[in-house]
Amino acid sequence: MDAQRAQQTGQPEPALRVEGLTKRFGGLTAVDNVDMAVYPGEVVGLIGDNGAGKSTLIKMISGVYRPDGGKIFLQGRETTFVSPLEARRLGVETIYQDLALCENLDATANIFLGREPMRRSLGLLKAVDRKHMLAESRSILDRLDIHIPDLRRPIREMSGGQRQAVAIARAVYWNARLMIMDEPTAALGVPEQRKVLHLVHTLREEQVPVIIISHNLQDVFAVADRVVVMRRGKKVAERSIQETSVDELVSLMVGGNLLEE
Amino acid sequence: MRTLSRIWAWLFLLVLVVFFSFTGEGFFSLFNLQAIGANVAILLIMALGQTFVIISAGIDLSTGFVMGLASVAGAMAMTRLPPGTPLPLIALTGLAVGLLVGLIPGLVNGLIIAKLKVPPFIVTLGMFGIARGAGFLMSGGMPLPVSIQGLGRIGNGYLFYYYPSQGLSFLNPPAGVTGAELRQVTGILPHPLTFALILVLAAHWLLKHSRFGLHTYAIGGNQEAAIRAGIPVDQRTIVLYMLSAGSAALAGVLYNMRFTNGAANSGEALLLDSIAAVVIGGASLFGGEGTIIGTVIGALIIAVIQNGLVILGINPFWQFVAVGVVIILAVLVDQAKEQVAS
Repeated sequence: MDAQRAQQTGQPEPALRVEGLTKRFGGLTAVDNVDMAVYPGEVVGLIGDNGAGKSTLIKMISGVYRPDGGKIFLQGRETTFVSPLEARRLGVETIYQDLALCENLDATANIFLGREPMRRSLGLLKAVDRKHMLAESRSILDRLDIHIPDLRRPIREMSGGQRQAVAIARAVYWNARLMIMDEPTAALGVPEQRKVLHLVHTLREEQVPVIIISHNLQDVFAVADRVVVMRRGKKVAERSIQETSVDELVSLMVGGNLLEE
Repeated sequence: MRTLSRIWAWLFLLVLVVFFSFTGEGFFSLFNLQAIGANVAILLIMALGQTFVIISAGIDLSTGFVMGLASVAGAMAMTRLPPGTPLPLIALTGLAVGLLVGLIPGLVNGLIIAKLKVPPFIVTLGMFGIARGAGFLMSGGMPLPVSIQGLGRIGNGYLFYYYPSQGLSFLNPPAGVTGAELRQVTGILPHPLTFALILVLAAHWLLKHSRFGLHTYAIGGNQEAAIRAGIPVDQRTIVLYMLSAGSAALAGVLYNMRFTNGAANSGEALLLDSIAAVVIGGASLFGGEGTIIGTVIGALIIAVIQNGLVILGINPFWQFVAVGVVIILAVLVDQAKEQVAS
């Protein structure tokens, strides 16, 4: 149905579309009837004050929560995730603040974790093919313009930005069709923040759509094409980045009456 | 890199060997060095499985009594075979029964830890008591002698024998050499050491090159990340504790062969020594770090201290003190290194 519409209108099919997504916790409606779409090669900023429902919305899209209402479409096909693992299998990669990397392992092992290529060794035995992993890791990191001097060093010896980059490289290598980044710059120093934002640009060039959650409106202005503003569980506005300003977004986040008064 | 960072442990081992060579008469001789190798084998085999468990951020406190249980089961099986059973068949029966009985506590440990999420310390402490009780109940509270002709040779023999006038012979001393002449025969490569070396190579390969080994590090480094990466963490955990119990069981069967008996408390003193070997070898009790080579060095350090102090004629109770000091020193050195690194 979506594909038909795409053909009719000439618009590309959205990588992700949600319709009337709703989540309740007891009496609280954390996410209330939210519609949104993300197109290939587009970066969408998701902003809102604390408790606006950003994280809950994201957790439904990444398979952590099951929605109480509404539908999720990936590449036009309606999808219900039973687990985050299944969401990943369908190409929804979430880069959490804690990154979900094994700090004791090197970058290559982290990129291939759980999906290691094997080679025959000593005839019968199957060994992890480190050479292949290293070559593939190099090529994906080069493609994303990420510079990590020594791929054999444990992740823990790397900077926050480099770890972030490894997590992103892993997602891209495994063909992420939608990347969700939750406060990607929160724990980083300024030069590192810039690198991560640069990486988001690279992702867009790779046609990987990105949803970026951030408190930092400057970050959002630096990378996003479009902004979705949430307040008290509802989507209150959607703006193209060229048509809005920090002042407008702030007032939308905290409540329009600021401007009206 | 990880092996390089163990350089201080190699150096410490070297210092110990040099020290005892100059102070202890007969320490630095082929006979004594091989005796150290043969004596360390049982401890080392037990420590191999423990290395995997500790790298996965777990601990297995039951191995000492699992070894005892396996040695009792092995002894019972071997002594119940009909007379006239060929020796290799007896030995294989002991091995199979000891291993199978020993794997049961490992399976139970793994299932409870993986599926019911009870901390490994608690589960294996419980199994420590269960295996201990079961071993004593089965053996009637006494060591079970295994007086089978030739069995002791498996645990005490050598791969090669050298006799000056006849050269090397394989597995048996040269024919026709008897009585006082036997003293001139030199054994080369005691069987326990050979067994241990084979298992060390297998464990090293498994940890370093297999997917299971990589996942062991991943689980120890960040279990949540391992789960999110799709690693079957529960299944891996069960195998890890079976591996630990299995290596303890192999140690128990080797004990059967070496001391020609089976005893429920045969591994009692080895539990803490084997954990010590793993820790001295650079594994972190928080998980994610450690190597088989490290564990080998750790076990050798313990064995050399014990042997050297005996040769110096020092009261054996000092061995406990010395090993205890080394454990604490090893962890201090690792912590200092980490501070330097960061």
